[in-house]
Amino acid sequence: MQRDMLSPLDWKPKTWAMVVGLALLALLPGYVAFTEDTFYLDLASRLMILGIAAVSLNLILGHGGMISFGHAAYLGIGAYSVGIPAYYEIHDGFIQIPIAVACSALFALITGAICLRTKGVYFIMITMAFTQMVFFAFVSIEEYGGDDGLVIELRSEFAGLFDIEGATGLYYFIFASLLATLYLVHRITRSRFGMVIEGARGNERRMHAIGYDTYRYRLVCYVIAGAICGFAGALLGNFTNFISPEMMDWTASGELIFMVVLGGTGTLFGPILGAAAFVLLEEWLSAITIYWHFLFGALLILVVLFWRGGLNGLIDWIGRAAWRKRS
Amino acid sequence: MAQALLTVDRLYKSFGGVTATDNVDLEVIPGEIHAIIGPNGAGKTTLVTLLSGELRPDAGSVRFDGRAITALPAHARARLGIARSFQITSLMLDMTALDNVALAVQARSGHSFRFWADARRDRDLAEAAMAGLEAVGLADRAGQTARALSHGEHRLLEIAMALSTKPRLLLLDEPMAGMGVEEAQRMIGFLAGLKGEKSMLLVEHDMDAVFALADRITVLVNGRVIASGPPEAIRRDDAVRRAYLGDEAVADGGGAG
Repeated sequence: MQRDMLSPLDWKPKTWAMVVGLALLALLPGYVAFTEDTFYLDLASRLMILGIAAVSLNLILGHGGMISFGHAAYLGIGAYSVGIPAYYEIHDGFIQIPIAVACSALFALITGAICLRTKGVYFIMITMAFTQMVFFAFVSIEEYGGDDGLVIELRSEFAGLFDIEGATGLYYFIFASLLATLYLVHRITRSRFGMVIEGARGNERRMHAIGYDTYRYRLVCYVIAGAICGFAGALLGNFTNFISPEMMDWTASGELIFMVVLGGTGTLFGPILGAAAFVLLEEWLSAITIYWHFLFGALLILVVLFWRGGLNGLIDWIGRAAWRKRS
Repeated sequence: MAQALLTVDRLYKSFGGVTATDNVDLEVIPGEIHAIIGPNGAGKTTLVTLLSGELRPDAGSVRFDGRAITALPAHARARLGIARSFQITSLMLDMTALDNVALAVQARSGHSFRFWADARRDRDLAEAAMAGLEAVGLADRAGQTARALSHGEHRLLEIAMALSTKPRLLLLDEPMAGMGVEEAQRMIGFLAGLKGEKSMLLVEHDMDAVFALADRITVLVNGRVIASGPPEAIRRDDAVRRAYLGDEAVADGGGAG
């Protein structure tokens, strides 16, 4: 029952791997300052933003069993919540980010209230349909660039408390956001609420029979996931300095699912690993061939058929193998 | 007679012209075990499902403790104190036995919109859940996933979960289904131990169990009540013996199922 991490000596290999990984992310700007090559800083920033989005999707998909094919809507809503105020010269992050989170939560509440009345493939299709509606809504709003999008001239400002205009400042802001998201989701999934969500994925009928109105719990979970992803969207808008409806194209939603499944559904670090794999593979494979999506597909098929635990499970497996060899 | 805990009045349900529950009247008195028997397809499980709230009747009403609950969904009825077990095991198979019971305990300890504290380190939940497992003799299986448990253990875990919601009425849908003789005896002993303490509606095929446990028996055939009364009267009832216990039972005086 007790899962205390007593001291680093008692950590599982995976915990070690994750701590080392996060430490490398924390130290990356130092390396970049040394080499003056910002390529990896950008790559890691994007990786972490998509990682936050994937962690939020995993909360509903992995833990809650709600397979949303429309999660990119929140990336878009979050990004436009930065871009539209910026268009009107409102650059205050303390206004933009609450707007991003609140609009995403509201969108999740309204659409979730409808989507969650359906199950299985209907749920998948209806989440996708709602996201397509937002997509086309923004395509049609000429004022904000239509499908050409909108350039964000200035990044969010935080009353001089911290500055994300520079790449390093933004990087650490994203990094801190990632840590905060991981901690938040870690707490939620282990809480009473998280147990109910997990139980409802496992057997909804049984949960009803012991007295849970699973619909309400799922809806709240759906709203939390939307809000977190909306926040990731605000980061994405700041990172790219540009917003366009393409951010919430249905393929973007599919990519988020890809990250979660590749990384390992229902695990804490899996979605981050999946996002990392996605961003790195995209970078390397697209340099080799224009058919890199084909290789993604093949990889996903292999994971689904042979390695359900995803990358997270792979690290567990390597850890156990190493452990056995040692003892 | 004491005030009935559960009162079923002319309950009716049909599926596309097939009548599954045909104007059933039924009462469960506090503390009694009321058994429902009947041949396959008599509508026993449908009746349990109507009482638990997963299905809505086409007509008729259900009252629980004086309150009309016909329109309430399953989770609301569970909160009022109606717990059920399922004929086909229904558990959270990927969660541990302890977590399964802990969720049942959690269900009756206020709402679960608590997002921060670790539920598995909640001593109240853990102790009550462990007590629930101990009650059915599964304490040593607490840390196993439900999937790893045997069929008999699944049945016991179902009962532990139902009891852990601290129900006032237990709806047991064939709790002995698929059990070996020894396991079934254990279950009968356990349910007998609850007698007088918990009111139960027991749907069961095992006639030994029914006659050992029930205070009252209602016989369903084709969704209709053909007899209801104390076990001795049911045993002697000719209509029951013909319709259900069979000619063999009529010949040797009934009993074995």
